[in-house]
Amino acid sequence: MKKVMTGHKAVAEAMRQIEPDVVAVYPITPQSEIAEYYAQYVADGLVRTELVPVESEHSAMSACIGAAAAGARVITATASQGLALMVEVLYIAAGLRLPIVMALANRSLSAPINIHCDHSDAYLARDSGAIQIFAESAQEAYDYMVIAQRLAEDEKVRLPVLVNLDGFTLTHSSQVVETLSDEAVKGFVGEYKAVYPLLDVDNPVTWGAFAMPDYYFELKRAQQAGMEAAPDVFLQVQEEYAKLCGRPYRGFFEAYKLDDAERAIVVMGSTAGTAKVVVDELREKGERVGLLKVWLWRPFPRKEITEALAGAKAVAIMDRAISFGNLGALYLDVVSGFAGREGPVFVNYIYGLGGRDIPVEHIAQVFEGLKRAETGELRYLGLRE
Amino acid sequence: MVEIRWHGRGGQGAKTVSQILAQIVLREGKHVQAFPEYGPERSGAPVRAYDRIADEEIRIHSGVYHPDIVVVIDETLLESENTAEGLKPNGVLIVNTARSEDEIRKVTGFSGKIIAFDATKIAQEAGTGFPNVPMLGAVVAVLGTDPKVAEEELKETLSHRLTPEVVEKNLKAFRAGYEAAKGVYVGG
Amino acid sequence: MAVELKSWKELPIGGVIPGGATPELNKTGSWRSKRPIWDAEKCIHCLQCWLHCPDDSFFVKDQKITGIDYDHCKGCGVCAAICPVDAIEMVPERGGGK
Repeated sequence: MKKVMTGHKAVAEAMRQIEPDVVAVYPITPQSEIAEYYAQYVADGLVRTELVPVESEHSAMSACIGAAAAGARVITATASQGLALMVEVLYIAAGLRLPIVMALANRSLSAPINIHCDHSDAYLARDSGAIQIFAESAQEAYDYMVIAQRLAEDEKVRLPVLVNLDGFTLTHSSQVVETLSDEAVKGFVGEYKAVYPLLDVDNPVTWGAFAMPDYYFELKRAQQAGMEAAPDVFLQVQEEYAKLCGRPYRGFFEAYKLDDAERAIVVMGSTAGTAKVVVDELREKGERVGLLKVWLWRPFPRKEITEALAGAKAVAIMDRAISFGNLGALYLDVVSGFAGREGPVFVNYIYGLGGRDIPVEHIAQVFEGLKRAETGELRYLGLRE
Repeated sequence: MVEIRWHGRGGQGAKTVSQILAQIVLREGKHVQAFPEYGPERSGAPVRAYDRIADEEIRIHSGVYHPDIVVVIDETLLESENTAEGLKPNGVLIVNTARSEDEIRKVTGFSGKIIAFDATKIAQEAGTGFPNVPMLGAVVAVLGTDPKVAEEELKETLSHRLTPEVVEKNLKAFRAGYEAAKGVYVGG
Repeated sequence: MAVELKSWKELPIGGVIPGGATPELNKTGSWRSKRPIWDAEKCIHCLQCWLHCPDDSFFVKDQKITGIDYDHCKGCGVCAAICPVDAIEMVPERGGGK
């Protein structure tokens, strides 16, 4: 059913339909409305979820870990400093292989304090062991919340999944979202099968045991296996979901007019939508330009992205966060696939920090700038010099 | 694609009507975005809200820089803000004011179509006091949207939070706003 | 004692220990440099030693102390310190001291 709704309403709707056993969440702009909508659903008796109104994000993730280890299906949401506070325990969630799904309403990190969008919060959790997916629209945020549930819970994967949606741009903007029926979502995510649930008192287990140097390394390698299994599971679940919803989700990324593109942009999140508009405009003028929009950022689909970009002459990789002291994280991800082989010229663009708007003219500048570029260049888009 | 910018003050319901408008045009099968500009959210502070309406999927996520319609709910903003900024020459400026079209043209410097009418008075006469609803009526007229469809949506949305009498008063205010702008179309 | 370490492929997910991990499996008694000697004659069975022992190394039956679990006692001496009637004496382990 098509409705006009904000991004946070779309996420809350997906959560309502999934109806997790536990939601432990602490409000923070621009995520708060997700928590508020869900609290209302609980108060109205629409869901049987145990809502845990915790005193901080550190507690939110801790409660999620406890509940997930106990055998519950768990969802949370946060943004910015909230994620920063959560990160200590997010690493534990990943290490314990707990399938906690989280909506991350992307917002910059302080200082200076700012409530608007960039991806520095997602980048902060880059190496946490959580799977990360980026949404372009409220529709994608809804869809990937449902997909994330199955991906997180797959027995080969069993990892936290972060669904990133741009703060304000997506969370607070009303868009047309087509939701599935409650039955369709419930049927898709299925009954939750807990692994070694603590509440199974007849089969006691120990969670969170100490590991000495003789086992820590092996356990971390085993955790990496969860990430290694994730791409195949992502594709399977995505394909099944695409059939269910009728929207053409396919692959780790969306290749938009990329096949014969000489110049291309690689980007994550809502900016991809604006970039498509520019690609269309330039294509009408006969320019061979294209776009690669990353859905699955972690694990990084290096091989597939390398193949998709191999035919281009110049590629701009756009990072919505600074990795201080180096080129952007997405840039390094993409370029790493071309180590030891011929490839396009790669330029890094840092853009959109702290909610700096990205009008079509700026994207057009990027395509123009690719005509004269050298690999390793770091450029700042939309910055006053 | 039609882009609309609403100017109001915090608490005057600019964001609310921008969202109701989105729901109205969705009923006509349009694609739509509605979003406010987030700055200091204080009652009385100048606020802007936006709509994008199109027949095809809307993918752009940037701000609106060249609106087709600008709606000024609070005329005191005419002096403090550049309300006609970026407004397309063939666009429409709709202002809630008791002043004449000529006077508005002088204040804003806008050379295109101007619709000036007293939405505050309409709202007072209808008994609601909120000029945002007659302004919504004017926008619906300028867009060429079926007013019946708009009224159905408005009625349904307002019924969630208002009594039937107050809903009826708002519908009256909506119709008066629609009538005030009827005959002027955006881009036409 | 040679312990066969498992490969990463053989480990339960997330480092979980099925069946529950307990120090019972770990004979920490070998860590001990001093050994508590319990005097059954002096003992008034107040259970303070049992309560304070960090390794749960006092055997109790029918609310009476019956002995010490030397497989797990690490020799910390808390029991000797807490005993109100000096019924526990810490003596050097054989091989160390006098």
